[in-house]
Order: sequence, then C-alpha cells, then structure tokens
Amino acid sequence: MARPASSMRSQITALGNWVDKRLPVSSFWRDHLSEYYAPKNFNFWYFFGSLALLVLVNQIITGIFLTMQYKPSAAEAFASVEFIMRDVPMGWLIRYMHSTGASAFFIVIYLHMFRALLYGSYRTPRELIWIFGMLIYVVLMAEAFMGYVLPWGQMSYWGAQVIISLFGAIPDLGFISGESLVEWIRGDYSVSDATLNRFFALHVIALPLALLLLVMLHLTALHQVGSNNPDGVEIKEHKDPDGKPIDGIPFHPYYTVKDIFGVGMFMLLFAFIIFYAPDGGGLLLEHDNFVPADPLVTPEHIKPVWYFTPFFAILKAIPDKLGGVAVMGLAIVVLFLLPWLDRSPVKSIRYKGWISKISLVVFSISFVRLGMLGIGEGTPAELRESQVWTALYFLFFITMPFFSRMEKTKPVPERVTSSH
Amino acid sequence: MAMLLGSILGMTSFTVSAAGGEGVQLFPVDINVFDTAALQQGARTFTDYCLGCHSASYMRFKRLAGDLGYTEEEVERYLLPAGQELTNTMTSSMSPELATKVFGTDAPDLSLVARARGEQWLYSYFLSFYKDEERALGWNNTVFPNASMPHVIWELQGVQTLAQHAETQADEHADGGHGGHFNPADQFELIETGLQDAEEYQRTVQDLVTFLVYLSEPSQLQRHQLGIWVILFLALFTVLAWFLKAEYWQDIH
Amino acid sequence: MSENSVNKGRRRLLTATTAVVGAAGAGLAALPFIESWQPSAKAKVVGAPVEFNLQPIGPGQILKGQWRGKTIGILRRTNDMLETLPDLSGKLKDPDSNAENQQPRYAQNPNRSIKPEYLVLVMNCTHLGCVPELVPEVGAQPFDAEWQGGFYCPCHKSKFDLAGRVYDGVPAQLNLQVPPYQYLDDRTIVVGVDPQSAS
Repeated sequence: MARPASSMRSQITALGNWVDKRLPVSSFWRDHLSEYYAPKNFNFWYFFGSLALLVLVNQIITGIFLTMQYKPSAAEAFASVEFIMRDVPMGWLIRYMHSTGASAFFIVIYLHMFRALLYGSYRTPRELIWIFGMLIYVVLMAEAFMGYVLPWGQMSYWGAQVIISLFGAIPDLGFISGESLVEWIRGDYSVSDATLNRFFALHVIALPLALLLLVMLHLTALHQVGSNNPDGVEIKEHKDPDGKPIDGIPFHPYYTVKDIFGVGMFMLLFAFIIFYAPDGGGLLLEHDNFVPADPLVTPEHIKPVWYFTPFFAILKAIPDKLGGVAVMGLAIVVLFLLPWLDRSPVKSIRYKGWISKISLVVFSISFVRLGMLGIGEGTPAELRESQVWTALYFLFFITMPFFSRMEKTKPVPERVTSSH
Repeated sequence: MAMLLGSILGMTSFTVSAAGGEGVQLFPVDINVFDTAALQQGARTFTDYCLGCHSASYMRFKRLAGDLGYTEEEVERYLLPAGQELTNTMTSSMSPELATKVFGTDAPDLSLVARARGEQWLYSYFLSFYKDEERALGWNNTVFPNASMPHVIWELQGVQTLAQHAETQADEHADGGHGGHFNPADQFELIETGLQDAEEYQRTVQDLVTFLVYLSEPSQLQRHQLGIWVILFLALFTVLAWFLKAEYWQDIH
Repeated sequence: MSENSVNKGRRRLLTATTAVVGAAGAGLAALPFIESWQPSAKAKVVGAPVEFNLQPIGPGQILKGQWRGKTIGILRRTNDMLETLPDLSGKLKDPDSNAENQQPRYAQNPNRSIKPEYLVLVMNCTHLGCVPELVPEVGAQPFDAEWQGGFYCPCHKSKFDLAGRVYDGVPAQLNLQVPPYQYLDDRTIVVGVDPQSAS
C-alpha cells in the first residue's frame, strides 16, 4: 500500500495475518476465486452450476425451518403441513420455497447436464466430474422422492407404495428376494408410520450430508482440471509468460458478477412461481396430495412428480415388471458411461458432425416427450409412443461409440473463439 | 431463461388439460378470491348449509375476521354457529358415526377441497345435481356420479332432471366426441323453480366456491400481495447486477 | 486488459450499490424465517385468556389453574389475612410494588389486586420458577419464627407475604407477578386481558 495505513486498518491487516497463518483463508480465496482462471467464453448454459448451488442452499435453509414445525408421524404429518401453511407465521412462504425449490433443483440440474452433453464436458480429463455429478443426480432423486412422501397426502402415500414396490421386481435369489427387500424398506407390511419416519431421517440428514459431500467432490475435481467451455478447447495449453491461461479470466470478479446477474434472473422466475403459481397447475404440488393419505382408497391416476416422469414412462413402456425396472435402471446407469461412449475427436457440439447434432436433438426430445407421456394416464396410444421414444433414448447411447468416431468433424480452433 | 419459462408453462398447460380430460364437461367460471363481498356471501352460505355436516378443521373462525373484511363481532353474528367460539376451528356438530348412518359415508373435511378438486369442478358440481329416484336420498350428480351428498341447496336452485336428449349427447362427448360447442347446462331441465333464478343461483354457487378456494389456502391473500414487492425488489437487484456485470466485463476482449 | 479506460469511481459505486441492495435483500429474506419462530395461531389460541369461576373458593383457600403454561393461583383472602399486610412493610423488599412489569397498574395498590378479597398471581417464583406453597398459618415455622402467613418456595427458601410481596434477604428479588385480569361479573374473572377501562 502506497499511503500510510491508518492504525485501524493496520490492526485489521494484523488480525488477517494472524488468522491466515493458522487457516488458509487467503490462499483458498486465491486458488478458487481470485486466481482461479475460467475460460472467458462461458455462455448462457454456464449459469446453472452456480444456480444449483443456490437452490441447494435454499433447500437446506428452508428445510431446517420446516423440520422445526413438521411432525414425522402418520397421524400428524398431514395436519402439521397444513399447520405450517396456516398457523405458523410466514410458514406458507417457507414451505413454498422448499416445494418449488425441489422442482427448481431438477430444472437447473437438467439444464446443467444438457450443457455437459452440448460441449462434451464429461470428456477426458473430466470423467470424474461427470461421475460425481451423476451421483449427485441419483442422490437428489432419492432425496426428492422421500421429501415428497413427507406431507403424507394421497400421492405421497401411493407414490411411495408404487416406487417401493418396484424393488419387489427383484427375483428370489435365495439370500434376498424382492418381497423381503420391500418389507425391509417399508419396515412394515405396508407403507406406514415406520416408513414415513425413516424417510424423514434420510431426507433431513443422511441424504443431504451425502449431497454436500458429493458437491464438494464435484467442485474439487472441477478445480483440479479446470472448466471446459463451449469450444471444448483446453485454455491451459496457451499460457502467458506469467503462467496464466491467455483465454482465462479470474473467476472473481468476472464470473462472480456474471453469476450474481444469473442469480437475479433465476430468483425473479423462482419468486414468480412461489407467489403466483406455487402448485404449478398441479405439476409442482399435485391435486391429490391435498387429500390425506388413505390406505383404503387408491387415487385414480398415480404418477410421480414431473422430474421423475421420463423414467416412469420408460418403466411403463416395458410390459414386464422386472424388465421395466431393469430398463428404467439402465436408462440412468447408461448416463454414467457417457465419457466412454463418446469417441469423437472433438468435445463440443460446435465442431461435431451432423449425426451428433441430430442425435442430441432427438435424444433431448425423447427425454422431454417421455416426461410428458409419464404424466399421462397410460392409454395404449401413449404406451406405444413411449416405447418408440424409449428406443430412441437408448439408441442415442448405443450408436454413440460408432457415429462419434466415424462422422466428419470440423476443425477445432487452437484458442476459444468468442468472449461473452 | 425464456426457454426455461416456456418449458414450465408448456408443461403446466399439459397437465391442466390432462386433469380435465375425464369425459366430464365442466362449467366455465372465474373465481376471484379478492372479491370480499363474494367471500362474505360464500362464507355465509358455507356456515348455513355446509357446516352442518362438513368440517373445515384446519380453519379457525377467528381468522375469517381479518381476511373476509369482517370484525370479530360480525363473524360472531353472521358466521359463528351457536355454542362455538371464535378461537375454535370450523368443526361440524355432526359426529362421523351419525354421518355414516345417514349418508352411508363420513362427510369429508372441506378445508382443502378446492385444492384437491379445483374451482371449476366444484362450481360445476353444485350446478349438476338432478333428481334421481334410484338413489337413496333422491339426488344424483353428473359431475360426481352417485355422490352420497344430497342437493343441500335445492331450495335455492329448484329441482332439475336430466334432459332426455342430453344423455346421449353427453355420452357421445365422453367418448371423445365431436368437439363442437357443448353447453353443460343443456343436460338439465328445471322442473320446479327455486327461491333464486338461474343467474342468482349461479352467483350463490360462485360465491360459495370463492369461499372454498380461500378456505383451501387462506395465506393466498397475503401471498399475492407480498409477491409484487418481492418481484419488484428482485428486478431492481437484477438490473443493478446487470450494470455491475457490464462494468467489469469491459475489461474482457 | 485496458486498465486506462476503466472508470474506477463508477465501478466502485456500482459494486457498493449492488452489495448494499444485495445485503438488504438477504436481510429481508431472513425476516420470514425469524417471523416463523413467533407463537403460531394455534399457540395464541392455547395462550388465549382463561376464565376462572370464583364460587368454589372458600375463605382462605387457593384455586390453581393454568394460563399460557404458567400456574395461576387465586387466593380468597379473609379480613384477618388482609390485616397482616400493612405491618409487614419493614421486612419486605418492595412493599409498595414499585417494580415495573410485576403487576398491571390497576393492581399496584397495597393489596395488589382489583378487589381486596381475591388475589390473582402467577405462581412461579421470581427466583428460578418453582411454585411456592401457600402457608397460611400464622406462627413460628421452620423457615421463619415470626411467620405472618404467606407463600414459601421449597426450592430455595424464598418467602412472600399474602399479597405475593417478596421478603428481604431471600434469593428471589421481585414480587410474585400479578397477571392481567378482569372481572366478567362478581363470580367470574378472566386471566389474560386487562379490564376494558384500563386497556
């Protein structure tokens, strides 16, 4: 500092130095923010990583406050949610932030995953980032499913009944059978108080801890190799004399201010849903879930929440219980394999051939369309259509090793092509 | 972002149409929970006709005071049944055992009925009672066939029967139909006039449904009002963030 | 990077403004969470005023009940009991009930009550919250040789007279609290609301 520091300022500096000797605050700040170099050509698709983190924080904070009022027992759960909605001051807002946040989480995660597909962010050397990301996705699905059971409405109850029964498809292997597994998960002979109570424990502590650990691993792996970018070129290959990537810019302040803008845009949409469409026309909070769970009355049309419906449609498309469960499981497992299925010499869709482009479009449409069909009532026409889209979904992965290697690609530039 | 919004809205309209697609033709209706007069009138109809058998056990009488534009004295005078206190929840005096004896089933709690059924369904339900001697209590309903509930407000509407020509028409429609403009009111013929004419009765039902919609989520009044301020604040913040981003990104070429 | 063209003042102003608005937003966002800890509508109903019927209380007897989870005692004092009050002043810490918040204004009088006959008290000791016992008998007691009748707390030996006033030299520092209450009629009081004239 050129000017003589005031005594106040020098004291603060001294305190900072004292802490820094004992805790790597400033080196952490440098390594991960102020001197962490990210490619300068991030576009719209790069907002969703930081937004996922924001939604995670939202879910944790609102979740903590909901557990202060919620009662995890079959007798009291439904009433306690209504208690939060009506009697707890501002309880309705906290609950809607949480319930809308669940859907927002999946929207953000799906767009984040789509970005990886677009630009080959799962390719070498980022395979582990993708694996951790997929694990986050799987844990998030379990987390969301168990969270949906907690209000103990009709959909909670019967959704749990159906999903848990899927494990019953496992054949009798001697040491374990589907039936015994289902019973073990429920802790009773039907979905009951015991099921609700254990799902509560998993939802509020076990799975969130797993999520946080995985997010940490995801980010650590990311910062080890650095971010990919829309051109799919490595910025570390071109450094200036100081050893900084020429096409990289410090994450802070450039991407922090950009992400803050993204956060603002996201929160505007999020607030709009919370305040003006919290049940999303029955999509985010389902109509049947406003009826207390009744083991004697099955709702006419049981379906999971929208973010599960692509896989639910795949399940329904296969006319065999074990087969359906296996194919549905495979639809998720195959995503883990993506880094090894893609053999293209280039990463980004920008330089891939037309087969890759069409395949990605068809795959995306199949996922969205399966999601819509999964919401439907399962008429024969819908089931036939689901089978077609299921086939196309898998065709994307099965043919990828071939078309990605064989198709003609465009030359990849040495450096990133455009800034912001 | 536009795509994100589009996908949300697109999916919403998809389920809404799916929910209505059960073959039952519903009457169109606009419900405005900010219409205080409608809320008050609906609340009176509710306490006069519904509360005898149904409870709304998550709702306290006391809360009606502020939300409906009534004072506590007015709630006591207009809405509070004898023997009840303001701090009580809206519970029916009829025991579940008695209800089961009379109707063959327990009268469901109505706190959340509007969120479970939807406002259009409820509105249509109250307009679709017709005389049916084959039912134990003499009433049936096209929206909720073989409902256990009798037509409690028949005095107001009068008595209607299923029109002969309409049955076939409704059936055709349920089968996927001709698409043409079908007026659900054509299904019925009024054979005995009630205390209210058709328009007055529709108004009564609309008010009642308005109250039921309020009842299903009393905080929605607060929600709509608070939302504007939150969104305005976030808009301000986002504009500032945009300028801040633009300022820093001048450095990047 | 062209450092020259950067307007540092503008950058600093924008950063500060965004930071202040963002911090205000975070503060506002915290409000619903803080608010949610307030007593719920249900708790307020449970904490609503409670009626007590005075009829079954015989002279010199105490009736106990609950209001907001606290023990409420209503003591029907005889004339003999009331006569002990003025003479005790010297032994008491706050004989004139000067401490604020220990009684409503309408009970800030020598008898600490609206009508002298009925004393209404929150029965939790002002030391650590135990419930003192009524020991009405005048005469030597293990804890006081010149006992004039009053309340004795078994937990830490605090003593109060028959108006709930605390003795000097005991652990409790404040008189027993008189809750807000009003008479509905001669035989009924409501604890939890001030009389209409006082509110």
